[in-house]
Amino acid sequence: MSGRKIRVLIAKVGLDGHDRGAKVVARALRDAGIEVIYTGLHRTPDEVVNTAIQEDVDVLGISSLSGAHLTIFPKVMDRLRERGADDILVVGGGIISPADREALKAKGLAFFWGPGTHTGDIIACLREAVK
Amino acid sequence: MSDLAGRVLRGDVRAAARAISLIERRENDAAPLLAALYPSTGGAYRIGITGPPGAGKSTLAACLATRFREAGRAVGVLAVDIASPFSGGALLGDRIRMQGLSGDPSVFIRSMGNEGLPGGLCRAARDAIRVMEAMGKDVVLVETAGVGQTDVDVTWCVDAVVLTLVPESGDEIQVLKAGVMEIADVIALNKSDRPGAAGLAGELAESLHARGKVDGWETRLVRTVGTRGDGVGELYEALRAYSCHLKAEDRLAVLREQQIRRELNERVEARLARRLDAAPGRERLRRAAARVRAGEDDPYNASEQLLREL
Repeated sequence: MSGRKIRVLIAKVGLDGHDRGAKVVARALRDAGIEVIYTGLHRTPDEVVNTAIQEDVDVLGISSLSGAHLTIFPKVMDRLRERGADDILVVGGGIISPADREALKAKGLAFFWGPGTHTGDIIACLREAVK
Repeated sequence: MSDLAGRVLRGDVRAAARAISLIERRENDAAPLLAALYPSTGGAYRIGITGPPGAGKSTLAACLATRFREAGRAVGVLAVDIASPFSGGALLGDRIRMQGLSGDPSVFIRSMGNEGLPGGLCRAARDAIRVMEAMGKDVVLVETAGVGQTDVDVTWCVDAVVLTLVPESGDEIQVLKAGVMEIADVIALNKSDRPGAAGLAGELAESLHARGKVDGWETRLVRTVGTRGDGVGELYEALRAYSCHLKAEDRLAVLREQQIRRELNERVEARLARRLDAAPGRERLRRAAARVRAGEDDPYNASEQLLREL
């Protein structure tokens, strides 16, 4: 354990029932000494933002395998901005085309990890970003 | 008064969340912040929900929070969950059972890791409760990590303790044992739709009745099925009755003073331990250990002297 403890919220938003990836990442982060809060399935953007603020997380990770990412991510990031909480790092995982990733990064998405990502890379990335 | 304290007192959710993080990290700003908040604390009905892992504590906490909201009360929930004693990491999952509450602006839920400590709570629990009171919560529910027979820390931080058991929790003998059974003001026999519930409920009721009243209160037994909300009304009523009981004859004041005495004790102990760990205490400790090892002093006298020097 080095430095202060990182807190991460892992969220599933909307009609998306696939959370194996979210759980694999949650466990890997836990084993790396990170505190992980998982929202469970089918949350709304408002619920996720409320939770992120109440839990004072450093990172909000949204898992998206439904194809609705161009709606979900901007909505969450807008709500964070409205609530003065856009210092929370927003990251994503799941299935998103390279073009859409770039579009979301232009709107403030910090990182996106697709299939095949090594969990060690995610952890290293978060440690570097949260200081 | 610091800006952060002012914002907490105005009920700012972000500020309250930040304040709890500061306290959790034991940063230097926490003591003045807590001192600024302290006059505005103590007003909530503090309810602990404890019990073994998987008994349904989070689900019952969510049911109770909903009840108190229906009665117009602002609710804070402190959900303590197990953190790894090895990595320090945690998967804090209590919120998953409280999903129905996450859209309500009058509910504030905070998950905290237990730092791998025994007892069922985390070090910052007491102060996190106070932050929730300072931000205006009328009721604070404190859910412990899954506990064993010896984990009773929650009783030092709350007014009422709900012990959550399940039909598989054992027989009458388990109930007669010391430890966590002694701190229950209300017992929720959850998952009461399972086989064995009626039998255990009977044994529990008999044993509670045989113990009789302690300080004017006989521990109440309620059968619940948290996932369906069954029995939650009775649980809520039992907690209201206990609140009335506490308010009568200054019992709450006596209880809170006992708790504060314990808190001061712990704080002084922690300060002493920190002094021993830092220079010049550490050097004195090292020298004392060397003297005892060399036979020039004994542990009893050496510790007395260390205490005088600190």
